[in-house]
Amino acid sequence: MGPLVAIIGKEIKDYFVSPIAYIVIAVFLMVTGWLFFTTFFLFNQADMRNFFNLLPMTFSFVIPAVTMRLFSEERAAGSLEVLLTLPVRFSDVVMGKFLSAVLFVAALLLPTVTYPIVIAFLGDLDWGPVMGGFAGALLLGAAFSAIGLFASALTTNQVIAFILGALICFCLTVLDKMLFFLPDSWLGAVAYLAADPHFGNIAKGVIDSRDILYFFSVMFIALYAATLVMQDQK
Amino acid sequence: MIEVENLSKYYDGFCAVDRIDFSIQKGEIVGLLGPNGAGKTTTLRMLTGYLPPTSGNIKVNHLSILTDAIEIKRLMGYLPESAPLYRNMLVLDYLEYVARVRGLDEKRRLHRIQELSEVCGIQEIMHFAIGELSRGLKQRVGLAHAMLGDPEILVLDEPTSGLDPNQIVEIRDIIRRASREKTIILSTHILSEAEATCDRVIIIHRGKIVADDDTQALQEISGLDQVVLLSLRHARADAAISRLKAVEGILDVQEVGRPDTETLSLSLRCREGSDPREDLYQAIKATDWSLIELHQQTQNLETIFRELTRED
Repeated sequence: MGPLVAIIGKEIKDYFVSPIAYIVIAVFLMVTGWLFFTTFFLFNQADMRNFFNLLPMTFSFVIPAVTMRLFSEERAAGSLEVLLTLPVRFSDVVMGKFLSAVLFVAALLLPTVTYPIVIAFLGDLDWGPVMGGFAGALLLGAAFSAIGLFASALTTNQVIAFILGALICFCLTVLDKMLFFLPDSWLGAVAYLAADPHFGNIAKGVIDSRDILYFFSVMFIALYAATLVMQDQK
Repeated sequence: MIEVENLSKYYDGFCAVDRIDFSIQKGEIVGLLGPNGAGKTTTLRMLTGYLPPTSGNIKVNHLSILTDAIEIKRLMGYLPESAPLYRNMLVLDYLEYVARVRGLDEKRRLHRIQELSEVCGIQEIMHFAIGELSRGLKQRVGLAHAMLGDPEILVLDEPTSGLDPNQIVEIRDIIRRASREKTIILSTHILSEAEATCDRVIIIHRGKIVADDDTQALQEISGLDQVVLLSLRHARADAAISRLKAVEGILDVQEVGRPDTETLSLSLRCREGSDPREDLYQAIKATDWSLIELHQQTQNLETIFRELTRED
């Protein structure tokens, strides 16, 4: 437990001592805030559905930017050698970096909690979907963090890590809109792979074990792949 | 304490380390010496559990690197070449972090960091970012990092490379002080380094061990001819050469140069184990030449190293 906590603490500190964290948070809040509130008053509905609809797309680009440095930087600087020759299990290193990214996503979402509070003053807000939305956002963020971490493990170049991570996340986000290209027999399987509908269900307040299982599967596969990639590079 | 058995490492078919065997006793300071690309760093990386060996095994205190890597890492403190530490962290934060990862409890953590900051002379820079430090200071932080968990074994990869002569002496002092209670393995391509700090030297060339002996014993290695250099004044070259060749134990005499018109410098190859200096003096005394220089070239690691790692 000790090393894991130490690694999470160090990574979190790394995020917040550099300006990158604040820039990413600011960009995220500006983009989502602008896109959400410009149309919010046109619908004349006190809900956050449009905000949560936007999230998979914005997360596809914001989260890889958060995770891109996690392994790339260490490998490029050589500090990975120092880290891996300390008495830590490799799984602790991967989990530590992953959980620190998840905590960062939570910090990213935290300011947006003010949105439903403001909206609740304007009209009768149904808190169920809002709670579901935030829970789903955290799951989605965690899954994308795992993918970003995997992309970061593939290369020593942070820009490439970002582009790869964003590409994978973006594909998972738009996959369900691309289904008309596919033969009918594939539909069921490929539709299950898309991240958007799973997140959409949770954001509607429908908690289905299949959706939760989906996100945990993505996390597990991505983290396991990151582990394999890192071990293969030796 | 450390047993390396038949250890090999291949990178995509390229053999970096080729079936090497050696063992290291507790308390020894062993230098891994070799030209660049000889396989020193790869060997150390396998020893510290960073790289898995392609074949062979490493045992530390009867623990195998293949099954008990974490336990072995606990026993070792490792400083990779040029100390690749997190540049944006403060020295104190970094050492705290390493201490936490190593599982030191809070009281011991502070105590140990304080102690090491004195030993390594880094008290003044605890609140600097590691990236801002000079190479010498960074190397000292790296040494503090390696010694933090009070490991029994210190593994240092080129600890003095890229440092200026003063910094080299300082780092050597720290290593020597640490060696009182620890087993130390360091790699270097600088011969004087190995001569100055190590009890024992293992010379590696192209992934193979070409020599493994005490520093003392290596310097007295046999099989290489002894050489005596002398300079004479008022002597003709052919006369001097023929006269000196007749001396017992001299195999060959060669003129190596004429520093000025009066002086003649000669290099004499002598039979192994012989010391013909006295006979040479007697032979010259009988003539009217004046002897202005006479010395026996001692075998240092440099000559041995060049002999052993010569590209044929």
